[in-house]
Amino acid sequence: MSEHPIDRQEYNITAYTENQIGLLNRIAIIFSRRKINIESLNTSPSEIEGIHRFNIVIHETEDVVRKIAKQIEKQVEVLKVYYNTNQEVIWQEMALYKVPTDVIAEKASVERLLREFGARAVVIRKDYTVFETTGHREETDRLITVLQPYGLIEFVRSARIAIIKHSDGFNRKLREFERTEPGSEVVENEFLNNRDGVFSM
Amino acid sequence: MLIQEKPIQLLPETARQTMSGAEMTLRALVAEGVDTIFGYPGGAIIPIYDALYDFKQELNHVLVRHEQGGIHAAQGYARASGKVGVVFATSGPGATNLVTGLADALIDSTPLVCITGQVFAHLLGTDAFQETDIINITTPVTKWNFQVTEASQLPEALAKAFHIARSGRPGPVLIDITKNAQLQQFDFPEYQICHHIRSYRPAPIVRPEYIRQAAELINQAKRPFVLWGQGVTLGRAEAEFRAFIEKSGIPAAWTILGAGALPTSHPLNVGMLGMHGNYGPNVLTNECDVLIAIGMRFDDRVTGRLDKYARQAQVIHLDIDPTEIDKNVAATVPVWGDCKETLPLLTALVEARTHPEWRQRFEQFQAEEVAAVIQDELFPTSDELTMGEVIQQLNELTQGEAIVVTDVGQHQMVACRYARFNHARSNITSGGLGTMGFALPAAIGAKFGRPDRPVVAIIGDGGIQMTIQELGTIMQTGVDVKIIILNNQFLGMVRQWQELFHERRYSFVDIASPDFVTVASGYSIAGKRVSERQELQSSLREMLAHPGSFLLEVMVTKENNIFPMVPQGCSVSEIRLR
Ligand SMILES: Cc1ncc(C[n+]2csc(CCOP(=O)(O)OP(=O)(O)O)c2C)c(N)n1
Ligand SMILES: [Mg+2]
Repeated sequence: MSEHPIDRQEYNITAYTENQIGLLNRIAIIFSRRKINIESLNTSPSEIEGIHRFNIVIHETEDVVRKIAKQIEKQVEVLKVYYNTNQEVIWQEMALYKVPTDVIAEKASVERLLREFGARAVVIRKDYTVFETTGHREETDRLITVLQPYGLIEFVRSARIAIIKHSDGFNRKLREFERTEPGSEVVENEFLNNRDGVFSM
Repeated sequence: MLIQEKPIQLLPETARQTMSGAEMTLRALVAEGVDTIFGYPGGAIIPIYDALYDFKQELNHVLVRHEQGGIHAAQGYARASGKVGVVFATSGPGATNLVTGLADALIDSTPLVCITGQVFAHLLGTDAFQETDIINITTPVTKWNFQVTEASQLPEALAKAFHIARSGRPGPVLIDITKNAQLQQFDFPEYQICHHIRSYRPAPIVRPEYIRQAAELINQAKRPFVLWGQGVTLGRAEAEFRAFIEKSGIPAAWTILGAGALPTSHPLNVGMLGMHGNYGPNVLTNECDVLIAIGMRFDDRVTGRLDKYARQAQVIHLDIDPTEIDKNVAATVPVWGDCKETLPLLTALVEARTHPEWRQRFEQFQAEEVAAVIQDELFPTSDELTMGEVIQQLNELTQGEAIVVTDVGQHQMVACRYARFNHARSNITSGGLGTMGFALPAAIGAKFGRPDRPVVAIIGDGGIQMTIQELGTIMQTGVDVKIIILNNQFLGMVRQWQELFHERRYSFVDIASPDFVTVASGYSIAGKRVSERQELQSSLREMLAHPGSFLLEVMVTKENNIFPMVPQGCSVSEIRLR
C-alpha cells in the first residue's frame, strides 16, 4: 500500500459502457475526487452498436489503478473495465501541425523531415499547410521540436486510443451480460480473479 | 434496453390507457409496494402532488418540515422496515436540501428512491426559476440518477430506480422529472418491474474455491475473530450469520451499523468495534490469527491506523461490493457475494468448535473495561446523571425491544455502546457520514416503517436543534416517537476532542438551547425535564407509557468523556481506557 511514486507508470483504462448522458461525469469524478489527473480521455463507439468505449490514461501506481478500475466498473451503466500498461496495448495518438506554406516550399529539409516522421499534408493553402501524423507521444512531440524553428503556427494532439493486445473483443462478453441469469462460466470480476499471487486458480 | 420479465398488471381492466406522467409515477410506486412517501411540494412537482390527491387510499404522504427531514425520515423508514424509502421534493432548493441525506444514504447503503420535480424541459439550462442541475449535483452521492424529460421514459426509469436502489449493495437513487413530463398525457403500457439491467450485476456468482479456502483457514485458526457490519442485515442473513457463529464458535464484534444482527445477549457477541468500541475487540484485533469480516468495509473509525491494523492476521472478507474487497485491508481470501448465500456454504464446511481459551481473553478485557469505564458510566456514584445510566435505565424498561435512533456525538457512542438489542434493524444511526440532525426525522420515519415497535430517539442538545422543525411533522401526523435529549450543554464530542487534543481550548462548543419542553409543548407534544437520579426511571416510564410522542430532556454531566477511545492516528491496540 505504501508504494513509492517510482512505482507509478502510465496505465490505459478501457471501459465498455452504455451510451448514457451523465456517465462521463460519473466516471470523471472518480478521478477528480482522488485528485488524479486524467492524462488523456477518449470516448468512442466500440465494435458493438450502442456500446461505448472509454480510453483513459493516467499516471499512477497499480494499486490505485486497480481500485479506480473497480470503482468505474461499479457504476450502473458500466459493463466492463480493463487496465493495461503501455506494453499490453497498441496505442496511437494523432497530431495536427499548422506551418507557413512558404517556409515549407522554400526549405527542402522540411519536406524530408516530414517524410521521416510519416507526416501527411491534410490541407495545403497559400498561407499555411496542415500536416497530420499518428504515433506515440514521443514521436508526435519530437515533430513539434523539429517544426518549431520553421514557424509552427498551431499544434493539437488527440486523446489516446488503445487496443488491448490479448483482448478478443466484447461481443461474447456482452452476450453473457445480456442473459438474465449469468452462467457459472461468466468471469464477473477480473480483479478478484487475477489477484497476483494471493490466489492461485 | 432492459430484458424485462414477469410483467405485472396494475389495473388489468384498464391496462394500456392514456394518463399523465404524474399519475403513472404514482401507479409505479404502488406497483413497487410503496406505502409511505416523505415529501414537500413546490412548483415543479405540483402535477405529481395533484395526482397524489387521488391516491390517498394507496399512498400515505407525510408532509415534513424540511426536505432534509424528509430524506432522513425515508432513511429511518428504510432501515427500520427493510423497504425502499421514497422522497418527493420540488426543484431547486427542494432538491438541494436532499443532498446531505443522499450522501448519508450512500455511505450507509440505504435504499431510497427520491423523486424531484424539475423545470420544463425547454427551460433546462436557462437559469429558469428554481432550476438547479440536480443530476450533476447529486452524481457523487447517488448510486444512480436519471433525468426524465418525456413521460414515455418514466416507466422504465422508475422500474430501474427501484431495482437499483434495493439490489446488490443498496443505495439512494434520484429521478428528476421535468414538469412537462409530469403533465404530459401518454399511452401507458402495463408497468413492468425491472429484474435485470445488462450493465449491472448486483448478485455475483459465488466461487466455491473461495469458500473452500476460507473454511480451511477458519478450521486451522487458533484465534479466529469475526467482525460484522450492516451487510448481514442488508442481506437479510441474520439467521445464516447466527448459524455460522454458533457452529464455528468464533467470537464476533460489530460495527455500529451491524449492531443487533446478533442479539446483544448472545454469548459470542463480544461487543463493539472502533474508536469508542469495546476494549477486547479492539486489542484482540491485533492478536487474532484469522480475521473474518462479514458485510463491513473497514471504515477508518473501525480500523484506526491502517498500517498497524491486524497485520498478523489472515483476512477473509465477505462482501457483496467488490470495491470494498482489498480497499482498506488486503484480503487473503475474498468471498465476493451475497452473505445470505455465502454464509451457509461456509457454515457447511467449518468444523464445530468452541475456542474456550480464546474467548476467555475477551472476557478478561471485558472485566477490565467494566472496572475502568462501564461501572461508573452505568451506575455512577456522583451526583450528576450520566448518559450511560439513562441508556441503562432505558434498557431495563424496553428489554432490548425498542428501535433506538441516535443522532451524532457523545450520546450516539454511549447509546451504541450500551443499548441492548434483541433484533436487527434496531440501531438506526448515521454511521458513515455522521450527520447531526439525523435522529429526529429518522425516528419519525422508523415509526412509519415499523408502527408495531417502540421507537426511541436519543439526541444531543446540539443535534436536535439542526432538525427540530420536524416536531411539526410529529404534531401533524400524530406519529408516536419517544425523544430523549441528553443535554450536556455542549457540542460534547467536539468538546471532548478539544479537551484531549487541544489543551481545553473550548472553541465554540458551548451551545445554548431553548427550553426544549416548552418548545415541544408549542407543538402539542408532551414533555418533561429531569436532572435528578431518583426521577429518572419514573420519567422514562412515564415517557414510554405515554400515548403518543413524548420529549424527555435529561440534564447530564457537562464534561464527561467517552472512553475507551482509539485516538486518531493510533492503532486499535493503543486504545485508551482513560
Ligand atoms: C451536520 C454536522 N455538523 C457538525 C458535525 C460535527 N460534530 C460531530 S459531534 C458534534 C457535537 C454534537 O453535539 P450534541 O448534539 O450536543 O451531542 P453530544 O456530543 O454533546 O452528545 C459535532 C458538532 C457533525 N457531525 N454533523
Ligand atoms: Mg451535547
